[in-house]
Amino acid sequence: MNALYSLLFVFLLVLIPLFGVDAAHLRSIFGVCIPMTAFIIFLVGFIYKVITWARSAVPFRIPTTGGQFKSFDPVLFPQNKLDCPQTGAQTFFRMVLEVFAFRSLFRNTAVSLHENNGPVVAYKSSKWLWLFAITFHYSFFIVALRHLRLFLEPIPFFVHGLEFVDGILQIGAPTMYLTDAGLVLGVLLLLGRRLINPRINYISYASDFFPLFLILAVALSGIYMRYYAKVDIMAIKELTMGLVTFHYHVPDAITAPFFVHVFLVSVLMAYFPFSKLMHMPGVFLSPTRNMPNDTRAKHHVNPWNDPKIMAHAYADYEKEFGVPMAEAGLPLDNPENGVPHDEADA
Amino acid sequence: MKMHYGFPIIAGLLIFVVAITAPFAVGKAVTKQYKQPEPKKVVGEKECIESVEFMRTEHMQLLNEWRDWALRDGKRIYTNHAGKQFTISLQNTCMKCHTNKAEFCDKCHNDAGVSPYCWDCHVQPEGLK
Repeated sequence: MNALYSLLFVFLLVLIPLFGVDAAHLRSIFGVCIPMTAFIIFLVGFIYKVITWARSAVPFRIPTTGGQFKSFDPVLFPQNKLDCPQTGAQTFFRMVLEVFAFRSLFRNTAVSLHENNGPVVAYKSSKWLWLFAITFHYSFFIVALRHLRLFLEPIPFFVHGLEFVDGILQIGAPTMYLTDAGLVLGVLLLLGRRLINPRINYISYASDFFPLFLILAVALSGIYMRYYAKVDIMAIKELTMGLVTFHYHVPDAITAPFFVHVFLVSVLMAYFPFSKLMHMPGVFLSPTRNMPNDTRAKHHVNPWNDPKIMAHAYADYEKEFGVPMAEAGLPLDNPENGVPHDEADA
Repeated sequence: MKMHYGFPIIAGLLIFVVAITAPFAVGKAVTKQYKQPEPKKVVGEKECIESVEFMRTEHMQLLNEWRDWALRDGKRIYTNHAGKQFTISLQNTCMKCHTNKAEFCDKCHNDAGVSPYCWDCHVQPEGLK
């Protein structure tokens, strides 16, 4: 049901610009106002969320590890520097691999139950999620970077480079981009996983399906525009350059498919800071990943401790509560603490 | 509540914000105001093989089909939407009027960031570079 509602909602989102542009002729609303507003919501919301996270307490050193800690015998048990980082540099490399190669997904395992004179639990490597995720994320990233050709003039060299490598198969004209296929395939695989695997389906909410359907709709509307509907790219560049130079203008040559695409992207941008998609900055702030595992080497004091609350050693505690402790029959380190004060004075 | 890990977080956030707003800065500082390029108008002929709108959006697909029809199927005659017939040939039909690559093709292709591979096989016309 969650998936169905999300899909219906995305259909509704496609209808809005279709009616808005074709029936109501709100071309500058859909061409300029909505995208710019969505971009501002994205930017402000993104910054606000990250600042909120930066201000929240991280009292403990809680890295999760998956490898050998520095041991008494480094030859027999060498330290696993990436899965049990103990210095800042090791943690940095762990984070680089996490962000660029999705290493924790690569280490994903699948659990299965077998029968062999009683139940046996088995774990095995499961790389599918990693494969789907990396296909999707890199395709989406390159697709987003390629769009810079519409927002920059002159176009920087790396956009030409991406354009060339992405269209290297030279299939059709306009040339097919590998990342277009990768993006759609990646979304469909991630979506299929949520729909088909009953355990993952059970824990999937509308907030899991909606971004997937929305990104799928963004990708399909872009593909439709490029390969099927065929829009006037120079008119579109005039509009997009108008956005970044603040000389807003919506040329008449632009047709409805463009507005659908832009509206869906606007919804994605505006939705981004309030959704699970914030894992994009969030991955950098994962306390189980971005901290060195050095609690056995360094003494860490919780920086959020209230300085007004003084340390209270057990010796002082026993001095304060020694009498009732002795009355209750509790053992005392120093039996003198158990003697009532007036008696001791006497 | 204090920001204990403030410096790296704010630095990272700043890099992201600068990167994502860079097109605005570049647009304001370098491009200033953008106008669509105007490919050189043809003198002599009044109409292209199809309408201007069709050619603006579909010429790449048409040229691709022309290549397939001419070189793979041996079909050398194209009938346009109005029923008029043309010889399928980039160099003899298209470039009879659009003689100058730099002042026609490249005008939009540069701005759109596309580099079609027509000239891998075809001889480039005058006005190259």
